[in-house]
Parts: sequence; structure tokens; C-alpha cells
Amino acid sequence: MTEQPVLAVEGLRKTFGDHAAVDDVSFAVPPGGSLAIVGESGSGKTTTARMLVGLERPSAGRVLVDGADRTAPPRGRTARLARARAIQMVFQDPYLSLDPRVTVADAVEEPLRLHFDLDPAARRARRDELLDRVGLGEREAAALPRRLSGGQRQRVALARALAVEPRALVLDEATSALDVSIQAQIVELLRDLRASLGVAYVFVSHDLSLVRHVADDLLVLRRGRTVEAGRAAAVLDGPRHPYTRLLLDSVPRPGWDPARIAADRRALD
Amino acid sequence: MPGTTGETLLEIDDLTVRLASGAARPVLDGVSLRVARGESVGLVGESGSGKSVTSRAALGLLPAGATATGTVRVAGDDVLAMPPARLRELRRREAAMVFQDPRASINPVRRVGDFVTEGLRAGGTPARAARKTAEELLEAVGIPDPRRALRRFPHEFSGGMLQRVMIAGALAGGPRLLLADEPTTALDVTTQAEVISILTRLQAERGTGLLFVTHDLDLAAAVCDRIYVMYAGRIVEEQTADGLFARPRHPYTAGLLAATPRMGSAEPPRGVPGRPVSLAENPEGCAFAARCRLAAPECAAERPTLRPVDGVSVACLRAEEPIHD
Ligand SMILES: Nc1ncnc2c1ncn2[C@@H]1O[C@H](COP(=O)(O)OP(=O)(O)OP(=O)(O)O)[C@@H](O)[C@H]1O
Ligand SMILES: Nc1ncnc2c1ncn2[C@@H]1O[C@H](COP(=O)(O)OP(=O)(O)O)[C@@H](O)[C@H]1O
Ligand code: SF4
Ligand SMILES: [Mg+2]
Ligand SMILES: [Mg+2]
Repeated sequence: MTEQPVLAVEGLRKTFGDHAAVDDVSFAVPPGGSLAIVGESGSGKTTTARMLVGLERPSAGRVLVDGADRTAPPRGRTARLARARAIQMVFQDPYLSLDPRVTVADAVEEPLRLHFDLDPAARRARRDELLDRVGLGEREAAALPRRLSGGQRQRVALARALAVEPRALVLDEATSALDVSIQAQIVELLRDLRASLGVAYVFVSHDLSLVRHVADDLLVLRRGRTVEAGRAAAVLDGPRHPYTRLLLDSVPRPGWDPARIAADRRALD
Repeated sequence: MPGTTGETLLEIDDLTVRLASGAARPVLDGVSLRVARGESVGLVGESGSGKSVTSRAALGLLPAGATATGTVRVAGDDVLAMPPARLRELRRREAAMVFQDPRASINPVRRVGDFVTEGLRAGGTPARAARKTAEELLEAVGIPDPRRALRRFPHEFSGGMLQRVMIAGALAGGPRLLLADEPTTALDVTTQAEVISILTRLQAERGTGLLFVTHDLDLAAAVCDRIYVMYAGRIVEEQTADGLFARPRHPYTAGLLAATPRMGSAEPPRGVPGRPVSLAENPEGCAFAARCRLAAPECAAERPTLRPVDGVSVACLRAEEPIHD
């Protein structure tokens, strides 16, 4: 038998007015697994991610974390903390996700204080271990976020998320704002963290070029609906849906023909 | 040198820009760069390397209080010596810029029509003729129902649509030189393809010279004939887009290529180790030495200058040696 998924959604739906942002989406992520959700802007990726972490209440469908129903956003401190222990989210913009007045060291200690009963020495030790894991040293620990580069801030965001030892991380365009050389460093770090900690990922992106290197499974969303899903390598090597092909063709490469992609995109409408 | 056979539209020579205070090294350090009529030229490099400062200098825009040496010429005229009235005319008619974030660079409380026509109106075009030109431009960049679009406000457009509006606005004065500073970084991949196809089609039709700034080498290669690679305020390599991919000569260029995820490859992208050189640092020798796997003792002592090696320009002491296998 397959293991119980760490994260599963069934028939997930979210409407805003009469517009369905997410429409009948189902998937499961095994422990230590990694699922990529891709699609254009407006396809429903972020809305899905927000429902996973309880920031948005689904209009229909279920969210299961370790088999337990977590569909309704948590109410009360205990429920919120329990949800946060299970799943953490990392956002796209490393410039907005950190409090500008709080040093890196304090930012990483905060979730430790909230979730664990550690004495100050043990907490500092754990903090340093987390910073070390994501490749940050003493100099960065003492700094305020504005002194850090985008890649360094994203490392801090990862250290904070990992502090609670979550079963799953939801990464919403977590590498999109970074330039390629730094993006590749973060991808290396994500691969390493998954291998060593066994944390599962939901990796949200509009760019298919990183998917193979971060995810085992792939789900393609278009206008809130799943148009294709499967093992990442299989979908990337043999896309069945024309929309998946369009996303693949859209990635710039030698011989890239933007005019044809634009025409294909219009043909899909 | 490839691509410079036609009329040169943008000529930057030995441009050094220093900030007013606090920096240990110049923001730009001896930058030279050319864009000819009808040519697409890429400027790539990581965040903070000086790409935007370079492209803004072509419009005579320098960081506040900065000092510059060297020359910047657009169609032969020295931009850094232009009086304000001449600069305004330059920005209205000869050289225009498309910025990364359309939402941050288009006034949200003015109608799209005002944005697209303002340059024309300032240049003396009567209102009706300006409106007609604006409609044609919006049509050309693929905005549905251009006449109505002119009366709408920026928030009524998606990011991709607004970026088309910005391109229309940039083209309104009929510039011969277009500066595009990461024009698609804020867009998703399919919208990026649409915007690039519009930009490159109009550029080819009009014979506009294009300086295309990006940190994405694959995108630069798809759009550009020739590419300059910038690191810590200096040009470290210049060659054709094809040549750059087939045989990068600077270890930083090779590092950028290895960091770029490849669609068909099982090989994960490899990050360039270490971090960029901040403005507070001014290393003695090669600025890339701390991150370079080929660094030799002489690299920390001697500053490499841009020099021709096998028809390519490269600033590396070890450029003659093979750097990848
Ligand atoms: N007005 C200014 N005042 C002070 N420093 C500046 C100013 N403009 C640019 N800089 C600094 O100059 C350096 C080069 O900046 P520039 O914006 O050209 O980089 P870039 O390559 O375009 O980077 P990015 O991809 O982040 O936009 C950076 O260290 C930047 O912080
Ligand atoms: N709070 C909201 N109110 C109304 N519409 C919304 C809201 N949030 C998202 N949407 C709409 O839902 C769709 C999906 O949005 P989103 O999940 O943010 O997509 P993505 O992250 O893929 O860009 C879009 O059409 C968007 O405009
Ligand atoms: S000069 Fe030396 S340190 Fe600089 S890029 Fe070349 S080999 Fe590397
Ligand atoms: Mg989103
Ligand atoms: Mg820039």
C-alpha cells in the first residue's frame, strides 16, 4: 500500500463572486514528496496554495493534512499553531516577507519561541543550526533584512519556515524574483533540504524549466482547472495537453520563436 | 567587430560613474558599448551589476549626485553634455525606455491615452493626430479595442497588457533607439513570449536599435544578435549570442550558463558560488576572483582588461585556456 499522503486535496474549489478561481482540483503529496503546480498568471496557483495553508477558506472540497481534515481555516491559537507546525509557506517576494526592523537572528528565533519550549541557550543553538543549514553565517545573523540580497532573504525565509520542522513547505514562486545564478543556488538548497530533512514540497511556478529539478510530480492548472497531471519527467517529456505544450514552448531557448508561441496561445482560446 | 557595420545609434565609451558618497568602487567602471541601427544588443549580468545604470545613462539619466567620465553618444550627439531642453527632446524623439515594472512606471491616476500621447503632444503634435497615432500603436501592440483603451486607467489592465501600453508609449515618438530594461521580468512565461514577439517585430519593422537588459541569458540569446556580459560594473565579455553559448570565454559567463535551467536536461542548474561584489568592496585584481574556480594567484593582483581573444572581447587573464569541457 502507498503511504498516507502528508497533504491531499479533494475537489477543491474557490469562487470569488461568480468567478471560479480554483475549480475541482485534486492531488496528493506523499511524505517527502514534491509536487509542482504550474500555470499562467491568474490560473489559480496562489489561491490553491493559500487554501493549503489555511489562509483562504475553500468554497468546496477538502484539504487533508496527514489524513486529518483541515479544510476550514484554523480558529484559535492552538489550532493555528498546529496547522503552522504541519505546513509552512514561503512567498515570492523576499523583500516583503520579512519585518524590516527585526534582525535575521531574531526572525529565526521567533517561530522557535512560539512553537517550542526551549531555554535561551538551546534556542540560540537551534537558530544557528538553522541558519547554517541554509548557508547563512554570523554576519548575516546580526543583519537587518535591508542589508541582505534577495537570495539571502529567501534563505532567511526558508530557515524560518523550517524552524517548526514542518511536514510540508508550500513555495509560491519562491525563486521567481531571483536572478538565475542565485535562483540556482536556492534550487540546490531546496534539493538538499528535501533529501536531508524529508520535508515535502508544493512548488508553485509559472516557469516549467525548474520543475524537473525540484519536483517529482506535476500538475498543470489553466483557468482554475487541472488540464494535465502526472510524473514530472513524463509530462515534461511527453506533454499531452496543448496548454502544457504551450507552457513548455514558452521557455526561452536557442531557436525560440515568440511569434509562434503568441499565435499558439491565441489558438487555445 | 560584428554588428557595427551599420550606422551606430548608441556609443558608450569608457564610461565611469561614481556615486556621490559611500561607495568603494565606481558603479560603472570603463564601460564601452555600441548599438547600431536595426541591431538587438543584450546586456546581461546579475542584480546590482550596473545594467540599469548603463541603460539609463543612454538617456542622460545618472543617479542623483553621481559624477561621470567618458562619453555617451546617441546618433553622434554627446548626451552627457546636453542642456536640459535638448535632453527632453532626445527622450521624446530619439531614445525611449521600456521599464521592468509597468505598474510602477505608469502614472496610475492618468488615462492610458494621456500616457501614450504625452511625448507627441509635448513635441507639438496636435491632439487629434496624436490620438490617431496612439490608436495605431495600441493596435500594433495587440490591445483590443484601442479607442476605448485610450480612455481607460492603468488598473483596468493586466500586467502583460500594461507592458504593451508601455511599449506603445515608448514607440510613440518614433525613437531610433529603444532601451528595454528587463521588460518581461514581471510577466509570466507565455505573456513574456507575446511581449517579446511584439517588441522584436516592431523593432525589425522600424529598424530601431535595441539595447535589451536582462539577467536571463537564454532570453538574451533568443532576442539579441550580440551580447555584453557585465560583472561588478565592468563589461567582462562581448560576443555574438551564438558564440556566447557555444564557447563562453569568461568564467562568469560560463557560470551563468551553468546556472540556467535547461529544459531538456536532467542536469540540475548549478549556482555561481559566493555572492556578488557589493559597492562597498573594491577587490584589487579581478572582481570575480573570489568566486572563480580558475582563479590563479596573479588574478588577485592584476586587473584584467577587455581584450580581443579569437575575435571575442574578454576580460580574463586566463581567457586563452579552455574553461569548460
Ligand atoms: N541612485 C542610486 N543611488 C545609489 N546607488 C545606486 C543608485 N542607482 C544604482 N545604485 C547602485 O548601483 C549598483 C548598480 O545598480 P543597477 O540598478 O544598475 O543594477 P542592475 O544590474 O540593474 O540590477 P537589478 O537587476 O537589481 O536591477 C547597485 O549596487 C545599486 O545599488
Ligand atoms: N481576493 C480575490 N477577489 C477576486 N478575485 C480574485 C481574488 N484572488 C484571486 N482572484 C482571481 O482568481 C484567479 C486566480 O488568482 P491566483 O490564484 O492569484 O492566480 P496565480 O497565483 O496563478 O496568479 C484570478 O482570476 C484572480 O483575478
Ligand atoms: S582573471 Fe582570473 S579570477 Fe578573473 S575570471 Fe579570469 S581566471 Fe577567473
Ligand atoms: Mg501567484
Ligand atoms: Mg536593473
